[in-house]
Amino acid sequence: MTLLEVHALKARHGLLTAVRGIDLSLDDGEKLALVGANGAGKTTLLRTIAGIHPAHGGRVMFDGADVTALPAHRRSALGIALVPEGRKLFATMSVADNLRVATSAGRRGRWTFDSIVEALPQLKPKLKAPAGSLSGGQQQAVAIGRALMTNPRVLLLDELSLGLSPLAVQGVYDSLATVAKAGTPLILVEQDLQRTFHVADRIVCMLEGQVVASGRTSEMTRDEVMDHYFGHRTNSPPQGTA
Amino acid sequence: MNFLNQVLQGVLLGGYYALLACGLSFMFGVMRIINLAHGSLAVVAAYGVFYLADRHEWHPFAGLVIAVPVMAAVGWLLQRSLLERSARAGELVPILATFGLAVVIDNTLFANFGADTRSLAPFLEELAYGGFNIGPLTLGHLPLLTFGVAVVLLGGLHVMLKHTPLGRRIRAVADDPSTAQLVGVDAMAVNAAAAAIAMATVGVAGVFLAIRATVDPYAGAPQLIFAFEAVMIGGAGSLWGTLAGGIALGVAQSLGASVHTQGFLIAGHVLFLVVLLTRMLLAGRPIMSLFKPAVAR
Repeated sequence: MTLLEVHALKARHGLLTAVRGIDLSLDDGEKLALVGANGAGKTTLLRTIAGIHPAHGGRVMFDGADVTALPAHRRSALGIALVPEGRKLFATMSVADNLRVATSAGRRGRWTFDSIVEALPQLKPKLKAPAGSLSGGQQQAVAIGRALMTNPRVLLLDELSLGLSPLAVQGVYDSLATVAKAGTPLILVEQDLQRTFHVADRIVCMLEGQVVASGRTSEMTRDEVMDHYFGHRTNSPPQGTA
Repeated sequence: MNFLNQVLQGVLLGGYYALLACGLSFMFGVMRIINLAHGSLAVVAAYGVFYLADRHEWHPFAGLVIAVPVMAAVGWLLQRSLLERSARAGELVPILATFGLAVVIDNTLFANFGADTRSLAPFLEELAYGGFNIGPLTLGHLPLLTFGVAVVLLGGLHVMLKHTPLGRRIRAVADDPSTAQLVGVDAMAVNAAAAAIAMATVGVAGVFLAIRATVDPYAGAPQLIFAFEAVMIGGAGSLWGTLAGGIALGVAQSLGASVHTQGFLIAGHVLFLVVLLTRMLLAGRPIMSLFKPAVAR
């Protein structure tokens, strides 16, 4: 069953069109990876789906309903959660408050404050500490936990490993594995192709705001993806669709 | 001992300044808006309670039961109708908008109530004028009450911000409104709630202003200056800093008044300037940059 659909979505940064009429769909339980070089439009696409970047054209459909005109907090209440690039924690608030504020979405489900602390045990000794004082890996765990507090039906994860040490990245992906077991569908933006192939069921490659390739991870090779990543191949599926 | 007495009176006066300034500090801390109509809105509350006391024989503190929720509603409306829209157009536009609002309020009060000064003190009698001595120190009932109300109000705001769901939402929006929306917080509703809370405190401050002194339609501007100085001395956006700033301003004015009759205002302004310039130096901004044209900075 298709949970999230994006039709001919366009988004701009001033005069620059960052997302050029993308079609994308995500099935319930599916794990989709978006890959592409810097400036490909991946982050803008996720932010537009989450509602904190305005769509310039096209539609975002969630569970059959058009949510394109809804503000981000209403989309969060429907179950769309974004772990933003750079984590964007509320730095002066404690870790516990960063988690608890996300109950504002008003969604109940399997994720509660206690279950998240259990799933992300590295947070337990840091609950009273200001979120800004944590290491990068711990901050990423807080950002994932905060998104889970909204009990999302789809989780959008933007550049989880950005700026983290290899050890911290491993910790973050261990946390993500715990989350993935819950079966929440997710869209992952990641530069590390090895991890992408490990986590995702399907890969969508973007270049200059368009989809240039997509396929199941079991049917694609890293070399194929790399070719599309750098724009060496342009003949795979119709542009802008996945 | 006279010096100690002057300091004590300054500390108690600082309680009033903190009460007056906490709404200004709260709005700046949450919405980054400097509300230039702050003093005029306090005067509106003072006139409202004076009207209830004078025409309907309400005790001024009973008048607060009406003034506080009405001012909260005014704050909510102000945010949704004026501040929210003007903030979208840039940082300076809300300053101009609230300046215009202050002009409208002041002249509307003048047109309806005339230039006569008014005070709520006669309705309180002993509380407004009475006091007691502890050795050589003199303590007025009203300054003590004002100081106590300021501490309770600031403490209440602190507890609300730290320990309630609304407080967490307000802090999240103050930190990063876009990210707050991502976790389900309606930033516009939270800003409106914060404006309502700020204006409720302005309502309380306005009543204490009219009890401790006289008000006229144009009394808002000097009150805004005192509130602004207290906020800046204590650190913009910090509630307990606002109390400290208010006390510092009050003590400076009280000591200044003991040196010269004009010293009351001058000492407060001098303290404000010294703190401002010191902060600029500590932040690495040369003082001379204040005097360069904006385009050259």
